[in-house]
Amino acid sequence: MTAYILAQQLVNGVVLGAIYGLIAVGYTMVYGIMGMINFAHSEIYMLSAYLSTIVLAVLVYWGIQSPLVLILLTLGVAMSMTALYGWVIERLAYRPLRDAPRLAPLISAIGISLILQSYAVLTQGAKTKGIPTFIEGVTRFGDAVNNVQISNIQVLILIIALCSMVALNFIIQHTAFGQACRATQQDRGMAEILGINTDKVISLVFVIGSAMAAVAGLLVTMNYGSFDFNIGFVMGVKAFTAAVLGGIGSLTGAMLGGIILGVSESLFAGLVNSDYKDVFAFSLLVIFLIFRPSGLLGKPEVEKV
Amino acid sequence: MHLKHALKDALLVGVLALLLFLPMTGIALAENYSFNARLHVPFLLAGMVMLGRFIFSYALHTYHSRQWVKRLIHREDRPRFILRPQRHWILLILFIFGLVLPFTLSNYGLNTAILALIYVLLGLGLNIVVGLAGLLDLGFVAFYAVGAYTFALGGQYFGLGFWGAIPVAAAIAALCGVLLGFPVLRLHGDYLAIVTLGFGEIIRLILTNWIEVTGGPNGVQVPTLQVFGFEFTRIAKAGGVPIHEYLGVAYSTAYRYWFLYLVLFLVVCAMIFVLNRLRSLPIGRAWEALREDEIACRSLGINPVTVKLSAFSMGAMVGGVAGVFFAAQQGFINPTSFTFFESALILAIVVLGGMGSTLGVVLAAIVLTLLPEVLREFSQYRIVLFGGLMVLMMVWRPRGFISLQRRQFEGAA
Repeated sequence: MTAYILAQQLVNGVVLGAIYGLIAVGYTMVYGIMGMINFAHSEIYMLSAYLSTIVLAVLVYWGIQSPLVLILLTLGVAMSMTALYGWVIERLAYRPLRDAPRLAPLISAIGISLILQSYAVLTQGAKTKGIPTFIEGVTRFGDAVNNVQISNIQVLILIIALCSMVALNFIIQHTAFGQACRATQQDRGMAEILGINTDKVISLVFVIGSAMAAVAGLLVTMNYGSFDFNIGFVMGVKAFTAAVLGGIGSLTGAMLGGIILGVSESLFAGLVNSDYKDVFAFSLLVIFLIFRPSGLLGKPEVEKV
Repeated sequence: MHLKHALKDALLVGVLALLLFLPMTGIALAENYSFNARLHVPFLLAGMVMLGRFIFSYALHTYHSRQWVKRLIHREDRPRFILRPQRHWILLILFIFGLVLPFTLSNYGLNTAILALIYVLLGLGLNIVVGLAGLLDLGFVAFYAVGAYTFALGGQYFGLGFWGAIPVAAAIAALCGVLLGFPVLRLHGDYLAIVTLGFGEIIRLILTNWIEVTGGPNGVQVPTLQVFGFEFTRIAKAGGVPIHEYLGVAYSTAYRYWFLYLVLFLVVCAMIFVLNRLRSLPIGRAWEALREDEIACRSLGINPVTVKLSAFSMGAMVGGVAGVFFAAQQGFINPTSFTFFESALILAIVVLGGMGSTLGVVLAAIVLTLLPEVLREFSQYRIVLFGGLMVLMMVWRPRGFISLQRRQFEGAA
């Protein structure tokens, strides 16, 4: 009996973790290159939930029925819209601050996240929004009483998350842009001397991070069915925790950290207390920062003069 | 030629704005997964952006305007308002004005004034952390909550009174600051921001979920205000004497607010005085030096962890005291008063006041509390305004609007 509950929580945890990982990618890439926490990233994710629901509603209104076409189209449009938002935000709020005091971009990011939150409230209202379940079906393992369930949406989430992570890894490891990106991460000044347009690289990193957040936004919304303008906050802290867990700056680390956080959080919620699962996640962040700030796969930070 | 260039530029920006605004503002999600189209909104917004951009870029093509912008951006941070010892009478007038003010206000005005003073206190507290020491604390509201709940729960379980609550809340908040800050302050500065953000949320979650002790979302009653055995209620509730009976005057709800206002005002004045002194003490100088260059400080023998910790816990202490006043004013508190938005608002006060400037923080706190009261119709645009101002402020003048002359060493030029 308990083994089944455990297994069920494990499944839920992996699905949750995949989503954390997708958002953590945005934090980890921006932190790796600019050494800055992009606080607005969680609000980009929040916005993507709205955008994908709007796109979905319009597509259904236009009479598109097939779930697969709906998802792919929504994903495509939402990703490009969110990426555009990410690009504009980087351009307006971060680029002018490249040489500003260290605190300036952080405060600017807080300003942007306030703007985005109230943008969502002003345009769509403060009420919780919903999205219909258009993918039904559950696969059960075990008998009628003791079983482990995996819904088709959960399977889909895992597949999409996996595909996007593989694609992203390929881009970073095997393309010219990825090479430029890694070079910028190692040493921005040197990369610039060698002819890399680091401004462009940073812009693209924001675009990619935002697109990944859009994937997460759509998947979470499909999984839970509802969202409001507040979802970004807790998700942001948790995704950042995932990034720290895996070692900030590392892509595979972000995904790994996401899965670890998701699984341990679900287990905690299932076995100990679900009211304090957020407290558990935050405590994990603090504990990791104390004992292993470089994370599981990260390199220790070296301060340069 | 310029006109053509500006037009092209504006058109590009307009198309971009249209793309951004189209789904969010053009389509309003409604009940039952349907939506209402209102496509004129994004076009209107994009048109406004386009017009603004055109005016901006066209105006910037003249020689004079470019010079003007250059001056605006590259203006050195020279002080424009210097408080010299000869000007101390200004402070005296302000002090007397502050003392007399409550007796001229209605209850509503008094409440607003007390709230403004609470935000001044919070702003001053966070200013030590963010403005002076350069540590970004995004969970400042946690210490505020700790202070408020110390008073409320301390009164409920241990019979803690108002005067007792102030030092106890200060001590507990400072202790929380030390416990939280110690492990994190050794790390890169940005981690502090995210950990404090998480801490603020943890405190709120605990207050919400630990129903047996904190009353959960229903909140908790704050003990009746009692001063030297006097009470401010119509009938004595806690065994004291109602102050209007003792003085033989008619009962008025304003007495309680007068009392709170005056105590709070004196605390704020004392705080400003202490802060002013702290800045010229070695510890205050160490804070500012650390903000500017940590590595240089370390090589000069300053221990960054203890110095940061002192700033962090002192800020927390001030936040705790502000919490006691908030609880005393409200008479009833619950976790919804301590959300991330409060933290962001206090941060906005510090940022808009010009980080590190005491005068700026005081002014910003007063303006930001009074503004929503004055502009009720625009209250929903308030947060957008705050956010926009924060970004603008950082892009344009990260050092603040009001820069006071930095204290200099004797004999230094």
